[in-house]
Order: sequence, then structure tokens, then C-alpha cells
Amino acid sequence: MAAIADPPVSLAGRTDGARSLTVAFCIMVALLAVAPFVVYPVFLMQALCFALFACAFNLLVGYVGLLSFGHALFFGWASYFCAHAAKRWGFPPEAAVLFGTASAAGLGLIAGFLAIRRQGIYFAMITLALAQMMYFVALRAPFTGGEDGIQNVPRGRLFGLFDLSHEMTMYVFVLVMVLAGFVFIYRIINSPFGEVLKAIRENETRAISLGYKTERYKLVAFVLSATLAGLAGALKALVFQLASLTDVYWTMSGEVVLMTLVGGLGTIFGPVVGAFLIVAMETYLAQLGQWVLVIQGAIFVFCVLAFRRGIVGELAAALRIKL
Amino acid sequence: MFEIFGIPSQALFGQLLIGLINGSFYALLSLGLAVIFGMLNVINFTHGAQYMMGAFAAYLLLQYLGLNYWAALIIVPLLVGASGIVIERLFLQYVRKLDHLYGLILTFGLALVIEGVFRNQFGSSGEPYQVPDALQGGHNLGFMFLPNYRAWVIVFSLIVCFATWFAIERTRLGSYLRAATENPTLVRAFGINVPRMVTLTYGFGVGLAALAGVMAAPIYNVSPQMGSDIIIVVFAVVVIGGMGSILGAIVTGFALGIIEGLTKVFFPEASSTVIFVIMAVVLLIRPAGLFGRTA
Repeated sequence: MAAIADPPVSLAGRTDGARSLTVAFCIMVALLAVAPFVVYPVFLMQALCFALFACAFNLLVGYVGLLSFGHALFFGWASYFCAHAAKRWGFPPEAAVLFGTASAAGLGLIAGFLAIRRQGIYFAMITLALAQMMYFVALRAPFTGGEDGIQNVPRGRLFGLFDLSHEMTMYVFVLVMVLAGFVFIYRIINSPFGEVLKAIRENETRAISLGYKTERYKLVAFVLSATLAGLAGALKALVFQLASLTDVYWTMSGEVVLMTLVGGLGTIFGPVVGAFLIVAMETYLAQLGQWVLVIQGAIFVFCVLAFRRGIVGELAAALRIKL
Repeated sequence: MFEIFGIPSQALFGQLLIGLINGSFYALLSLGLAVIFGMLNVINFTHGAQYMMGAFAAYLLLQYLGLNYWAALIIVPLLVGASGIVIERLFLQYVRKLDHLYGLILTFGLALVIEGVFRNQFGSSGEPYQVPDALQGGHNLGFMFLPNYRAWVIVFSLIVCFATWFAIERTRLGSYLRAATENPTLVRAFGINVPRMVTLTYGFGVGLAALAGVMAAPIYNVSPQMGSDIIIVVFAVVVIGGMGSILGAIVTGFALGIIEGLTKVFFPEASSTVIFVIMAVVLLIRPAGLFGRTA
């Protein structure tokens, strides 16, 4: 059976791959440093949050081969917890983000413990069902504000020093956090732990026979992915000063699948590219209303049938480098 | 009028009835999912959208061609089933050899396209569909009022479920189907056209979903999002029951519908989450599902 994310090209030497990755990373950072002077910063911050969300999702699907169809659970609930902590408890932004991220880790531990008990297609259905359950909880729970969500979340002062209500300061904060998350994911993938994850993706039975407790590896990967998705959600709550039901609904879980698929499953930069593209598409096509749904669906179908490696995957294959 | 556990019998049996009706839709839909998964190795995320198409097709046939409910009950599953066959030929046949997850993502995309088109055309408010004349009214059973149409839905779904079970487990065609699920290559070697059987199986599963949609039209409003609401619950039902057994899918569907109905009486706040909670408990106790064969 073909794995969900075949490595785009086989690499002769590791150093070559590392160099292309370093160059690509520098280009990305340079672009993101210049971008707020050219593009509307709120749009960039939104795209950055989704980029981290997609990278976290990709950690699971691209490197462990587990397709979670319920990642909105962690993204959305972290944004509720962060918003609640910042608004009702008066937490400073760094503590609120930390609290949101930590709660996503807790939720990830519970959901992961349940979901890894089944493989493949069932894993996707279980994560989707658990996320839907928590959507209904969010709809009814008193502190989430139901249909209204939690509005007017204060951004506050970071470490009591930097006023985040200033757009550029907020942008720098989001950029630093997202890049930190990105580098962290890169480190996970290229650690001995990451190698075991890839072994599980390729052949779980064999990994078990080699003595790896694959369940534990999968659970840790799930929790890491949920935590980083939570970090993205918590940041988004501060950027938009809002936590709402859209972020916990199944459409959000679908969107992160779309971003990662378009960018390239199992590539390092793919989810970032995919997130920027999809967020841009949704922003510019917003006046089309429901047609956005049709366009998204069509992109899904097209990618699965003819473009499974995604943009970055195709680029890497064409240039014979690792991205 | 009497009371059971302090609940008026009308309310208790009324919710039980709604539970049974939801259960019959869960059973029909999870049955279709199981049959399709067996043959195509694809979890059909479009199933909810096809259920919604069934309801809309019934509505449109009545609105524009004046064809009544009974005609729709026969024509709609054929029409929507045919659209399923087109989908299988155009898209699904290319993902069968890939990882299962691509099939899920592809059908998810198709579901978005279908739902989006219907939302553009009909808005998201929903359209009413009249209960057919022959099934208007109802009977007072003393402990509850039983609307005729709801009784019909339950009885007819049971018949359809049983007929499907019989066709798959007890007929020659069904034996080909089961054999092709186990080992398609070998069945092909015996001269049976397996690819055509796969296509027809998909059409059949989709037809079942459309049939459920026609039956649901007079009970719920016909609306574009009715499919995505139900499909996720049906996924949970499938996880609970496991897809290995046809009878298992039917029993699980009905049982969960009843449990959901009872939860509405005793803990209304939990009614939308109870099936997911049961799924979590089943995963803890029997990870393979109640009727699952593989661990």
C-alpha cells in the first residue's frame, strides 16, 4: 500500500538536503520580515496562525501517517481557553497563550489516547467524531458564549513591556511564536524520535517487531501535534480578539487538511505555503459566498486525483532537493 | 396517561419513537457505508451529501414534475444511485489502489462541492415536504400518539435493511460480492466482472442513502446541511459497530437511535453528545468495535 506521504525524492547525502532547507528557511524569514510593510498585517497574522496549525497537523499526517479529521478541536478549544484566561481572569498575553496551549495538550492526551486505539480510516472517523462532540460542548457550555463566542479579548502587554494592541508589535510576537513552533517541528522530525515516527508511517508492524512501543510514539506525536495546533489557536484568539464556534467546527478541520494537501503532505514548507494560499483565496473570494465551499471541494478533488505531492512536493521533486 | 420514572408516557414514548426513526436512518446510512467500504476500500464521506440529494430530489420531483412521494421512493434512489455510478467512474476508481485516506479526502471534497451547490441554489433555510396523503394522521395507542408516517418509516426501513442483509448474506449475487470483498483478484479469475460489480455496489450504497433521504424529507426540513449534520454521527455509529458485519451495522444503528432518544428524555443537554460518548467508552472497552473482527 502506498503511504499517504511518499518522500518526494530519495536523497544521496543529508547535507545537501540540509542546505536547501536552510536556504528556503532564510527566504521564508526574509519574506515574512518584509511582508507587513507591503501586506495588511492582520491578514499575515491570520495566515501565520494557520501556517502553524497546518504544520502541526502535517506532523501527524505527513510523518506518522495518521490523518486527523478533528484538529479543529485543539485549535478552537485552545483559542477559547486563551480568550477566557485573557478576558475573564485578566491573564497577561504570554500566560493566556501558555494556558490555551497547555489545555490543548491535555485535550490532545485524552483524544489521542482514544483515537490511537484504531488505525487508518477509523482513526480519521474517531478524531472527527470527538471533535464534533466537543463542538456541541462548545455550543452549550456557559463560558464559551455559544453563538456569540468570546468577544473583545484584550491583547494586553507582553511581559508587561510590549503593548500588543499595536499591530506591528503583535505581528512580531506572532511571527516569533510561529517560527519557534516551525523550528520545533523541524527538530522533532529530524530527531531519532522523528525517525521512529517515519518508521511507523512506513511499516508499523515492522516497527513493533523491532521492539518499538509504537502506541506510545503515536500518542506522543499526537499530543505534540495537538499542543502546537493549540498554540496556533491561542495566538489566533489574540490576533482577532475573538474565540468563536467556527474554529471548533468540522469545516475548520477540513480546511487544515486542504492547506496541508495543497502545500504538500509530508514536506516541511508545504503547510506554510498551503496556508498562505488558502487564506488568501478565502480573503479575496469572500464575496462569492457559498461558492468558496464548492471551490474548496474542487481543489480537494483535483489534489487527490492529480496533485498528490502538493506545490512544495512537486517543486522539491522537480529541483531534486528536500523542502 | 401514566408516568414512568416521573416522565409522562407521552413524552417518553414520543422520544423513543423519534429515536427509532433516527436509528433507522443511522442503520440505512451505516449499512451503505459498510457495503461501500467492503468493496471499494473507501469511506464514503459523500454519503451525507447523497442522503441530502435524496431528500432534495424528492422535493424537486414533487415541485416541478408533480411526482408524489411514492414515485419518489422508487425514482430517487435510482437517480441518485446513477449519479453515484458517475462519481465512481469519474473519480473513485482512481483512488482505490491508493491509501484509504485519499479516498476519504476525495469524497470529503465531493461532499463540499455538492453541499455548496445546493446552498447556492436553495439557501440554507430548508424547504418543507408534505407527508403523503395515505399516511396522514395517526393512531392513539393509549400510552402515546403514533403518527402513521413515522410508523411507516420504521417498518419500511426495517424491511429495506433486512432485504439488504438477505441479498448480501443469502443470495448468489451476494456471495460473489462477499467473495470479491475478500479477494477480488481470485474472483476475477473465475470470470466475474469485478470492476463492474464495484461500480454497481457504489451505486447501490448511494441509492440506500438517497432512499433514507426521501424518507427523511417529510420528517425534517429538506435543507443542504442535513447531510453533514448526520454523516459525522453515522461515522461514530460505524466506529461503535465496526464495519465487518451487515447485521451489526443495522442493530447498532437502531440501538444508538433509541439511546439517543432516551437521553433526550432524561438528560436533554447530553442528547447531542451521547453517541460520541458511547463511542469513546466502546473504544476503551472493545477497541475493535462491538461487531468488529480485526483488532
